[in-house]
Amino acid sequence: MTELLQIENLTKKFDNQVILDGINLSIQKGEVLVLVGSSGCGKSTLLRCINGLEEIQNGTVKLEGKEVKYGDKNLPLIRQKIGMVFQSYELFPHLNVIDNLMLAPMKVQKRNKEEERKEAIELLRTVGLEEKAEQFPRQLSGGQKQRVAILRTLLMHPDILLFDEVTAALDPEMVREVLDVMLNLAKQGRTMIIVTHEMQFAKAVADRIVFIDDGKIAEEATPEQFFEQPKTERAKQFLNVFSFEKIKVNGI
Amino acid sequence: MNWEFIEKYLPMYREAAVLTVVIGSIGIAFAILIGLICAMVLYHKVPVAKHIVNGYVELSRNTPLLAQLFFLYYGFPKIGINLNAELCGVAGLAFLGGSYMSEAFRSGLEAVDKIQEESALSLGMTKYQVMKYVVLPEAISISIPAFIANIIFLLKETSVFSAISLMDLMFTAKDLIGLYYKTTESLFLLVIFYLLIILPVSVIGSLVERRLRYAGFGN
Amino acid sequence: MPDLGIDVLLKGSNMLRLLQGLWVAMKISLVSIGISIPLGLIVGTLMTTRFKSLKVIFRIYLETIRILPQLVLLFLVYFGSTRALGWNLSGEMASIIVFTLWGTAEMGDLVRSALVSIPKHQYESSEALGFTKGQMYYYIIIPQTIRRLLPLSINLITRMIKTTSLILMIGVVEMLKVAQQIIEANRMTSPNAAFGVFLVVFILYFIVCWPFSTLATHLEKKWR
Repeated sequence: MTELLQIENLTKKFDNQVILDGINLSIQKGEVLVLVGSSGCGKSTLLRCINGLEEIQNGTVKLEGKEVKYGDKNLPLIRQKIGMVFQSYELFPHLNVIDNLMLAPMKVQKRNKEEERKEAIELLRTVGLEEKAEQFPRQLSGGQKQRVAILRTLLMHPDILLFDEVTAALDPEMVREVLDVMLNLAKQGRTMIIVTHEMQFAKAVADRIVFIDDGKIAEEATPEQFFEQPKTERAKQFLNVFSFEKIKVNGI
Repeated sequence: MNWEFIEKYLPMYREAAVLTVVIGSIGIAFAILIGLICAMVLYHKVPVAKHIVNGYVELSRNTPLLAQLFFLYYGFPKIGINLNAELCGVAGLAFLGGSYMSEAFRSGLEAVDKIQEESALSLGMTKYQVMKYVVLPEAISISIPAFIANIIFLLKETSVFSAISLMDLMFTAKDLIGLYYKTTESLFLLVIFYLLIILPVSVIGSLVERRLRYAGFGN
Repeated sequence: MPDLGIDVLLKGSNMLRLLQGLWVAMKISLVSIGISIPLGLIVGTLMTTRFKSLKVIFRIYLETIRILPQLVLLFLVYFGSTRALGWNLSGEMASIIVFTLWGTAEMGDLVRSALVSIPKHQYESSEALGFTKGQMYYYIIIPQTIRRLLPLSINLITRMIKTTSLILMIGVVEMLKVAQQIIEANRMTSPNAAFGVFLVVFILYFIVCWPFSTLATHLEKKWR
């Protein structure tokens, strides 16, 4: 296995508050990494740093040896290799689905329009949205929008995909359709970093779980280890939040 | 109502209306240009320039067009700057309208979510591409209603041009009232011609607004 | 330093006359806004009720007032009333009539849209909490409406003051007219007076309007 992404000693401060504190992390090609932790622990900020959306105070993020650096003029080039999907979909409201998909490949990578269109339609078909190609984002449900947003990053042929709580804004019945798309991507051997609160999904999709607490990596483990026998007290507390004791006995 | 009188002076009103429309359109075109530039300066918080723009916006919004025009038309020649009435009309309208257009654009730009930009950046677009393909089209479509309201406002403001002796519709009406006492006919023609100029813009405005709300904006 | 003619204003009572002209304009806008606000509140509130015909009539009234330049309205009332009704309206009176008609229309529309913009669930949740109708309006609906309404109404005042500049065209002696008279009277001794005097007029308008519009912007930001 080859190392794709390398994070060394990453430190992010906001004003004087430390958000991320000396993160060291590397991801192999084809690996699916799930970041978990309570809200405000810094996991979303970590994703944003990997995409160069945040200025960092110390450390480096490297994709295949090339540094991802906030404000750097080569950043757009490296970003083409790093796909990111946001919680709030962020489709472009003034463009229909197909144009949302084709904008970046056409303008950024200057690819052939006809081939691009074919590829976009093909991708839409794989997630069952080919008949929505000419519709505008506001005509789609949240789950449909998020699937289109995922395809939009796929069309750039990225090396790694970042998912930032992509199901958090969805109605419960739409969560599954988005998670299924992600499971499929994992099966195809894509490299992915996922921030999520869906613990069942995390268990199913992850090769490795990274538990972040208070801006530091508190625990790194396989899903089995992490969910069955968490090592740290903080991780136990965190996982307890997701389980309920039965309070009614015999239907009383 | 004396229809003969109306028929006789119709061409005069037509000429005056053309003058209003021509000067109005040129002034509004410049206002849009100034507005775009100012909004960009404010949006990007360009140092120094943003203070100048802020000062200009305050000055322009808190003074009446007529005072601006009098200063331009009667005041400026005294310091050696001679502008004819037409040029004053265009300059005054551009000075007034620039700040209104700037506000419309700026609020459109600010209405585009920061995270929209980030999602475009994350696709590998350069800042310039993000501005051109994502932020500007969204901002413009958001500001179109305010934009058309401003155009109507500016067209109405052109009615003060007669005060700097431009032979516009007001000038013509006042002239005819003074000369022939045909008040009813003169006022009737005045209203009709203003409606002919402003109603179409207002109708187009509400159509566009509806289209923006229910369908999609461009491609 | 070239002669900019500002010194003309220091002669005799010239500056005082200019300020009196400004006061004439202010008086007309304050009287008009004073009448427009209560009328607008009534009209706007009526607009949110169910009377369909009332809504149609108000729409027509509002759109008619809005589509025509204020100067045209001033001409219609000032010249038209003499003709059609045989009244001999003074310029001041015609101005107050036009500004009140205009102000009521705008104010009514502001009140209407402020009332409509309060979401329905605000009413529902206050009812669910057990408020009486009176309490609901007093504690919940009216405070929210005022927050939306006040900045826009203050802006209407600035708009009105600026629009008073037009009334010199129907013969009212306000600030711009006084300025013209001063310049004319001193044509020989101070040929450059047009620059200085109109500059001062420009600045005076700014001094009067700026506090209102700044207050409106401030309130809008604070209450957003």
